[in-house]
Amino acid sequence: MAPARRPKKSQYTLDRGMPGAFEGETVSRRRFMTGTVHGAGMLMTAGMVIPAVGFALGPVFKNVTLGWQTVGTPDMFPEDNYLPVVITIAPGIGEAGKSTVYVRKRNPKVDTQPASASNQWVAITSRCSHLGCSVLWVQAAEHFICPCHGSVFDVEGVRTAGPAPRPLDRFYTRLHDGFVQVGPRYSVNTELRAFSPRDPGEPLDGIGQYAYPSRPTVRKLPGHV
Amino acid sequence: MSEAPPRPRRRRGPRLPKPPVPPAFLPRPLPPGTQRGAPRTALDHAAESGKVVVDWIDERTQLSGVTRWVMFRKVPRGTNWFYTLGSATMFAFLAQAVTGVFLAMYYRPDASGGAYESVRYISTSVFLGNFVRGMHKWGATVMVVLVFLHMARTFVWGAYKYPRELNWVIGVTLLILTMIMGFTGYLLPFDERSYWATIVGVNINGTGPVIGPYLSDFLRGGPEFNATTLSRFYAIHMLILPGAIAGLILAHLYLVTKLGTTAPPWVKATPEEPALGEETA
Repeated sequence: MAPARRPKKSQYTLDRGMPGAFEGETVSRRRFMTGTVHGAGMLMTAGMVIPAVGFALGPVFKNVTLGWQTVGTPDMFPEDNYLPVVITIAPGIGEAGKSTVYVRKRNPKVDTQPASASNQWVAITSRCSHLGCSVLWVQAAEHFICPCHGSVFDVEGVRTAGPAPRPLDRFYTRLHDGFVQVGPRYSVNTELRAFSPRDPGEPLDGIGQYAYPSRPTVRKLPGHV
Repeated sequence: MSEAPPRPRRRRGPRLPKPPVPPAFLPRPLPPGTQRGAPRTALDHAAESGKVVVDWIDERTQLSGVTRWVMFRKVPRGTNWFYTLGSATMFAFLAQAVTGVFLAMYYRPDASGGAYESVRYISTSVFLGNFVRGMHKWGATVMVVLVFLHMARTFVWGAYKYPRELNWVIGVTLLILTMIMGFTGYLLPFDERSYWATIVGVNINGTGPVIGPYLSDFLRGGPEFNATTLSRFYAIHMLILPGAIAGLILAHLYLVTKLGTTAPPWVKATPEEPALGEETA
């Protein structure tokens, strides 16, 4: 047998015998006052906490794509060797914000990525796709070699040995007023398909492209490659 | 004895032991003709005024009870030097806090070269600067080692079991905060090693699926290591984490005081000794 339920209380304060109750009043003034004060307190706390948290989290949602940087004239870059150039990847902090990019002219005999307006010069980052150390282009071996954990990449930047999870990142390039310019960075998977820039250590093949999603801070340029 | 004497009424709560007094501080017999309790020498007067001040504060704060509760606790049989690892960790933290405050007087979180210059200035030009920086640097290592020794002691002793699970959880949180402390502090000298260690460390953070890339952006304050990264790490290192660690240490100590420490596993439990008179009753 189900236990007997308590009789439901009346919703009117008058029926419940509260002192000073009004006719037709459903919320006692004490409860109303408590709720108002708590609500006002929460509102004021939120007024301080939300801006503070937003202040700290803001950069996660801000896009900071850098513009194009001139790196040289077209005849400077050979087809069969890389020329290291230095570009700025974070402005305002001097040497700490600079990075080396290896640039050469696109070579149809080597490059498998379909030709487009933004890869007539192949610009490959010096940042290892494993954990971000600086890779070196070793011309004698015709490979990029990372000193930290021994990742090796071929002339197209595709990993041939070591722990790196994807090929070396690339930069968009263009010819502008007779000068070669390097633009924003983009990542590629093993088939050299372009993705929005990822951080080192994040694979892009198979499930990797979903496990390590593109971020609002950096996107690949629309309509390129 | 034919009849047990009436047992004194037990006070509520445990009886706190009196602090031990060294013999030199015990009262000496009064010279003849002196009024009992009257101050005689300047030292007596000074002691008297000290007592007045302490009494004045204690009457208004009731702190002496708390002090006795914290300081004069009963510890189990078998308590040994391994039980000092926790306090050693806390003193390592306090040493880090003190040296850190003084390092902050000279340090400049400026990623365009000022940070490295300020650290170089501390090491080469500030009086005892190299010493204070060395204490902070090696103290960090000491603290991490002590945290792990303390944790190992707790684990091997089984001191994490009921009712101390919450204290284990707080302790693990403190371990994580200490690790973040080490990670953020490593960047601050801003030399090549700091810079590349941070690049690699942030990228390791980023390898966490789905949330990792966003966490990296949060740590750097952007998609690349930039001007705000160093200030961010500095703020986390010297404002957010010390406060959090200090608060959690207080909670940790409160629970230690409240629950007491455990005996070493090799100490067998003994039946409680019967109270005076109970064995004859």
